[in-house]
Amino acid sequence: MKKWILMGCAALVASGAWAAKEMSVQVRDGQLRNRASFLGTVTGTVAYGDRVTVNQTMAGWCEVAKADGTTGWIHESALTPKRVVLSSGAADARTGASGEEVALAGKGFSKEVEAEYKKQNKDIDYTWVDWMGKQTVPSSQLVQFLKQGDLAQ
Amino acid sequence: MKEIAMKNILKNKWIGTAALVAALAWLATGCDTVNQLTELGTGIAVASGAINTNQAASINRTTQAVAKTFQDITPEQEYYIGRTVAATVLLGYKPQPAEDLNGYLNQVGQALAQFSARPETFGGYHFMVLDSDEINAFAAPGGLILATRGLLKCCKNEDELASVLAHEIGHVEKLHGLRAIRTGRLNSALTVLAVEAGKNLGGEQLAEVTKAFDESINDIATTLMNSGYSRKLEFEADAAAIAILKKAGYQPGALVAMLENMAKNWDSSRKDFAATHPAPADRIQELQKSGVASSVASAPARQQRFLAATKSL
Repeated sequence: MKKWILMGCAALVASGAWAAKEMSVQVRDGQLRNRASFLGTVTGTVAYGDRVTVNQTMAGWCEVAKADGTTGWIHESALTPKRVVLSSGAADARTGASGEEVALAGKGFSKEVEAEYKKQNKDIDYTWVDWMGKQTVPSSQLVQFLKQGDLAQ
Repeated sequence: MKEIAMKNILKNKWIGTAALVAALAWLATGCDTVNQLTELGTGIAVASGAINTNQAASINRTTQAVAKTFQDITPEQEYYIGRTVAATVLLGYKPQPAEDLNGYLNQVGQALAQFSARPETFGGYHFMVLDSDEINAFAAPGGLILATRGLLKCCKNEDELASVLAHEIGHVEKLHGLRAIRTGRLNSALTVLAVEAGKNLGGEQLAEVTKAFDESINDIATTLMNSGYSRKLEFEADAAAIAILKKAGYQPGALVAMLENMAKNWDSSRKDFAATHPAPADRIQELQKSGVASSVASAPARQQRFLAATKSL
């Protein structure tokens, strides 16, 4: 009986059923950390569309490996199981898999559409929106801010 | 009769197909229905000779690859929607770009966002003060959050400020802005993209997608500034705020305290928070159901920096 269970397990592994899961980065810039927390030290960065392999998951965080071997933790909200197709002319976009499997980068509501919208709405102004986008607090400062305020660490 | 009408529509192959798919998609309400109707549309188009089977298969696949409902809008598309929603809010409000105040607001807000169920958005969470005495705040999809000087003046300490920002982060986390896009808006854009997915958009297609974008922005901006979300969604954002505050180490009761402050200044005839949110008493009652009671104190270290950053208000 034991033998059969062991053989079954071996067959599962061989069939890839237990293989590590591939995911894509769905945020513009992401950071990999040494533990499953934003307070962890940054071990590497990822960019939109990058493919990563998920080694393990824990409370909404995934430990991933990049193609170059760099590993680290990233929150699951930064990842999608879909493959992000960055080039509009890519084969995947024309004839590829279904939407369950791919996301078309730069398609739909995009930079191109924003520019067209601006052309049609002369009074719309993105100056302060761009300014807002630059208001970013570095991780080290956030950690200090939490610590100083006697908050979660 | 129907068959003749259908054949006429299909005289121009691609335009005919797009129109047909659009017409069918317009009738659709759910994701599965859109897919089924798209397949039905392309099936008819193949039967009439308007397109070949490969083209039909491509349309069917790419229809699924682009947004069908708000849930299918990619974080990248959400980012572009959010930018224009924020720019639309800024048509009616002047920014208050004081470095110290905005720097502090971003420290509190970005620290909170890390403890939300959705800490990562395409462009990240960013906060800005609006130069207005109104009591109001707006969360554009993707994490661009604007709060008025009047609202900040209602906050007595950092925990109360955190409770307001956590409520707005809750709206972003739960995709409430995108939910305000009326059913059907995305279908016209979807149809164009289904046909044109592999190429850059041509003039007419770009115009059609931009029209859907314009209408979507209008739906969200109207909800944020005039009609407000449903009570259900506001309570949902409050519940998300409580979870975020607890995880971050702030006192969850600060949200109740903040609502009590707002109740003192409540005037339902005003065109601000009062016009777009349930009465504070109703929200307090809902929070009390889940055991959250008012708390007014804040840690001394937080109080010191709060007073320093907000003294210019």
